[in-house]
Amino acid sequence: MSLQNLIQSLALGAALLAAGAASAQTPAAAAAAPSSSAVPSASAAPDALVRDLSNEVLATIKADKALASGDVNRVQKLIDEKILPYVDFQKMTQLAVGRGWRQATPEQRAALTREFRTLLVRTYSGALSQVTDHQVQLRPFRAQPADTDVLVRTSVVASRGDPIQLDYRLEKTDAGWKIYDVNILGVWLVENYKTQFASQINAGGVDGLIKTLTDRNRQLEQGKKA
Amino acid sequence: MRLLRGARGVVALVLLAFLAGCATVPPNAGQDPRDPLESFNRQVFEFNEGLDKVVLKPLAQVYGAVLPVPVQDCLSNGFSNLREPSNALNNLLQGKGSEAVSDVCRFAINTTIGLLGCFDVATRMGLEKHREDFGQTLGVWGVGNGPFLVLPLFGPSTIRDTVGIGVESVLDVNFWINNVSVRNTIFGVRTVNFRHELLKADELISEAALDKYTFIRDGYLQRRRNLVYDGNPPREREPDDEEAEPKASESPGRPGAPPAGSDVKPSTAPKPAQ
Repeated sequence: MSLQNLIQSLALGAALLAAGAASAQTPAAAAAAPSSSAVPSASAAPDALVRDLSNEVLATIKADKALASGDVNRVQKLIDEKILPYVDFQKMTQLAVGRGWRQATPEQRAALTREFRTLLVRTYSGALSQVTDHQVQLRPFRAQPADTDVLVRTSVVASRGDPIQLDYRLEKTDAGWKIYDVNILGVWLVENYKTQFASQINAGGVDGLIKTLTDRNRQLEQGKKA
Repeated sequence: MRLLRGARGVVALVLLAFLAGCATVPPNAGQDPRDPLESFNRQVFEFNEGLDKVVLKPLAQVYGAVLPVPVQDCLSNGFSNLREPSNALNNLLQGKGSEAVSDVCRFAINTTIGLLGCFDVATRMGLEKHREDFGQTLGVWGVGNGPFLVLPLFGPSTIRDTVGIGVESVLDVNFWINNVSVRNTIFGVRTVNFRHELLKADELISEAALDKYTFIRDGYLQRRRNLVYDGNPPREREPDDEEAEPKASESPGRPGAPPAGSDVKPSTAPKPAQ
């Protein structure tokens, strides 16, 4: 039964990622979180960024019923508008695609990034209803000032259930720190897509993977409407 | 948990799983070095999925609809409490004495004040839960995973973790209950309770995965590695990562990308304890 915590918490953890940075800086979040007046800033230290972002996200989800019920359009809109400053979806996609990225044209890379992002948002938006009284605690952070790639470890706790390990990898860019991978209870998102992406590319090339992602997204969209 | 006693049933189920035969096994199955038994595993996986759809999932849905949340919590805590002796012993075997002592205290407190584990009083008193099983202990001792293995009914595992499950079944408090019907009832409710906790996540995985089998396998292997290192495993890098990296700095629209291979530098994680 070792998978129990993993799968159970995947939903919640993923929700925090997907909705995640999404909610940063919305007026609703600011209003709902008087105690955490800090606004996430990509120029801040990476651990502070993750902490402020997490607090904003949780406050927003708690305050916004439509978001909490997993309204896909709402989540999508928030992420499109707010997540980009803090998450490097292209790097996330590139790492997940791995070797195949080199064969891909700029158009294919853009399509891969767009479809992968849509898949993540779509599948995880439904998990937002799992958020209740959760709080994020930073775990000890070890990094040198000169580091450009760091691991920020957090623990998500609530009155029900066991604490959830939720870690992030961030890279320092000219535009500040950006999240490019997330770890839920030991499972890295990028790593968990690598094999699946590689076998799609082996079978049908880069276009094959794009088609699979696009089809899945369309299928999910129709399923949600139905 | 009934692995030893139900051996015959398991054999029959394995045969059934073979007969199921309708699993879609990709032509390159078994090429992943971690999963040489992929063809077999995929068939058992399909069998488990089918059984789940017809039996376990509907039961879990009824369970969730009928029982009030506090009762569900009580049962979850109670079943978790049955595992504490095993947690303690495994912590001891891994050389983590203070954790082992803490687990013994947890069991004592929750079984008494917590009314047979119904309430997790110990956590509120500051005694953290440590989930350790014998598969993890073997991992800490340096035993490798061996091939990935999907067990009928039990789901994803590895050769090492299957040995662990065998040992665990003896460490489990439920194993020592002599009244057969009580024991079977506990086992049954425990299984349904477990499945109920997975309902939401199962839906999510079905949507998120391009190939559910691969998604669950890779997730399981990552998760187990994480547990062996108590949540802080050293970073793993594959050979093809290095090849892919140089492109990162060349890709358009990323002027801020650091020099190639910059994230290959030693991770901030401590050295493996193994």
